[in-house]
Amino acid sequence: MGVSRKLGGLGAVTTTLEQAVNWARTGAMWPMLFGLACCAIEMMGAQAAHYDMSRFGMELMRASPRQSDLMIVAGRVTRKMSPVLRQLYDQMPSPKWVVAMGDCASCGGIFNNYAIVQGVDEIVPVDVYVAGCPPRPEQLIHGIMTLHEKVKGEKIKDWA
Amino acid sequence: MQLKDPVASLRAELPGAVLDVIEALDETTVVTDRASLPHVLAFLRDTPGLQYNFLVDITGVDYLGYTPPAPERFAVCYHLLAMLSNRVLRVKVYVPEADPVMPSILAQWPAANWPEREIQDMLGLDFAGHPDKRRLLMPQDWDGHPLRKDYPLGYETVQFSFNWQEIDAKKPYAKE
Amino acid sequence: MTDHPWQNDLEPLKGIVSARAMKGETMLLNMGPQHPSTHGVLRLLLELDGEEIVTCNPEIGYLHTGIEKSMESKTYVKAITMTDRMDYLNPPANNLVFVMAIEKLCGLEVPPRAQVIRVILLELMRIASHLVWLGTFGLDLGAMSMFLYTFREREHILHIYEMVSGQRMMGTYFRPGGLWRDVPDGFVPAVRDFLDYFPQKLRDYERLLARNPIWMERTKGIAPITGKQAMAWGLTGPSLRGSGVNFDVRKAMPYSGYEQYDFDIPLGPDPGDVYDRYWCRFQEMWQSLRIVEQALYKLPGGPVTADDRKYTPPPRSEIGVSMEALIHHFKYWTEGIRPPVGEVFTVIEAARGLMSCYLSSDGSPHVHRVHFRQPTFMHISALPHMAPGFMLADIIAILGGIDIVLGDVDR
Repeated sequence: MGVSRKLGGLGAVTTTLEQAVNWARTGAMWPMLFGLACCAIEMMGAQAAHYDMSRFGMELMRASPRQSDLMIVAGRVTRKMSPVLRQLYDQMPSPKWVVAMGDCASCGGIFNNYAIVQGVDEIVPVDVYVAGCPPRPEQLIHGIMTLHEKVKGEKIKDWA
Repeated sequence: MQLKDPVASLRAELPGAVLDVIEALDETTVVTDRASLPHVLAFLRDTPGLQYNFLVDITGVDYLGYTPPAPERFAVCYHLLAMLSNRVLRVKVYVPEADPVMPSILAQWPAANWPEREIQDMLGLDFAGHPDKRRLLMPQDWDGHPLRKDYPLGYETVQFSFNWQEIDAKKPYAKE
Repeated sequence: MTDHPWQNDLEPLKGIVSARAMKGETMLLNMGPQHPSTHGVLRLLLELDGEEIVTCNPEIGYLHTGIEKSMESKTYVKAITMTDRMDYLNPPANNLVFVMAIEKLCGLEVPPRAQVIRVILLELMRIASHLVWLGTFGLDLGAMSMFLYTFREREHILHIYEMVSGQRMMGTYFRPGGLWRDVPDGFVPAVRDFLDYFPQKLRDYERLLARNPIWMERTKGIAPITGKQAMAWGLTGPSLRGSGVNFDVRKAMPYSGYEQYDFDIPLGPDPGDVYDRYWCRFQEMWQSLRIVEQALYKLPGGPVTADDRKYTPPPRSEIGVSMEALIHHFKYWTEGIRPPVGEVFTVIEAARGLMSCYLSSDGSPHVHRVHFRQPTFMHISALPHMAPGFMLADIIAILGGIDIVLGDVDR
């Protein structure tokens, strides 16, 4: 973005539409309040006073998928839960992103058995994987920063 | 109140109900049969001096391929706790594979509700008289009973660097 | 078959909801599995007459992880890792109940230093678990600032746990025969710091909540349970003691040397409501602080693992000089330990109540059968008895009052 003062000294910002929209999207992401297991506690920890995720424009966790655009899959997804998860994803309005938080959501983790889906990417498309069992709040925040970088690189021709 | 020995009292009052007694590792196990189970549990709860008044847990065990061989394939363990004397007693019932039906003790012990449903779901033992026969933990349309020994773990091959592409090609990825 | 097409959909619910719901007189409301107040993935099928709950049917299993089945395919030491993930707010207690079962099976004696460190960590994690409960309970009932305060204090405890085990939550710090390794030098000062710092905060919380009119209104008189009912339904822990039944495993069947500590058991009246359960949990934090203080005072020196090479790994220093130690080390970590044939049952008092482990061994290095009796599993099964007759908004308070953790329920 560049500030231009050509027109009589008025403050004006010139930028591309792409950049402006991506900047707005990263600055106010609304994650869905959706905790599954152990990682949800660390996700709560990331929002609480000590780590304070609202520094990055996401203090509002929305309980309704209709009002959110970021799904943090925090914990192990069981085969019984997977249809619910997909339904929640389908209810989210576009644009929407998914962060797979923790080993279980990323690849099944230590639970390689009949009950657990081996990676939530079998159900919903995942943008960022965060490793750890459970990941520290810093790791989650780093994962979300990585997602911000990804969103900033999105192209206008892909939106259609 | 005089504390009584559970095994001696059971042998005296309910002859024939005690099939076997195992004393090991500071724990007492009373083996009984299915027909006398509700009477044994009620006796242990209501007799002064015993008063095993708290049902801690009900567990099912699958003894398929167990060494030394068990009398029957399945067993159900009832763990009772006496809150006054702080004693724990295990009552064990063997259930044959051909006729996997247990009497439900829900009418006398309200705490037995979900543990019985869990065993029904995970081990496939039927509890006759239990009003709710739905699965408890698994989805309603699930096949099989996961905690049986002949049920596979459902293991998926783990991706390492040498087999990454081979597994990745078969892995189902979600679409938008 | 009927006048309304939706009545066919109700067929599977026959016998579960009342006959009035089948005729459409009452409303069926689905709550969860994605709901901010169910503390995870609990699903409740509520039948409502206006705002009043007629029946309440919990549906669990959305977090069923197959931990018991997975543990059967692992060696005993590797299986401890899985126990952490059951009750994820209080991992050391999960470790302990399983490790105690192995110790009982193998006849291992735990050295006194390990016992005391275990008690310190257990009580600290009990406080941490109660803090999460208090924060989320407050959040659900409209006292949002509690959440921010309690999570701040919880970080202190997690730092201590990370210091000793290397992980904030899932430390797997307790091993058969003792501990993974001794605590680092900074452990005792860190716990002392916490003991100095925390009481003031706890008094603040008490002032925030204890006479808060909104808080009283939301919790007093909600879901009263008599002691007799609580015992019949299998409630344990603060949910049972909130109804006036004096039963705490730490006093009744002491383990890990709990008989050496001086602490009280907070008791509620009979019958006790949600407020009494809240009060009991709150007072337990004070008692836990007392135990930690005494344990820290008497912390003895000495080894932290039992000296039985069949069941515990040799120290690193021995491996370089002793061939036998090298063999033991190799056998321990590849094949695993082989406890004798038998079955054991161990009972502890976890943060939410009585937790028990039934462990059956067939003499092989793999677990034959393990079953955990989790307190909140029984607590939720009592929900259909507790909820009817109260308002829809009260179900949040009732759920908070029994302190559920879904990982604990579903395993």
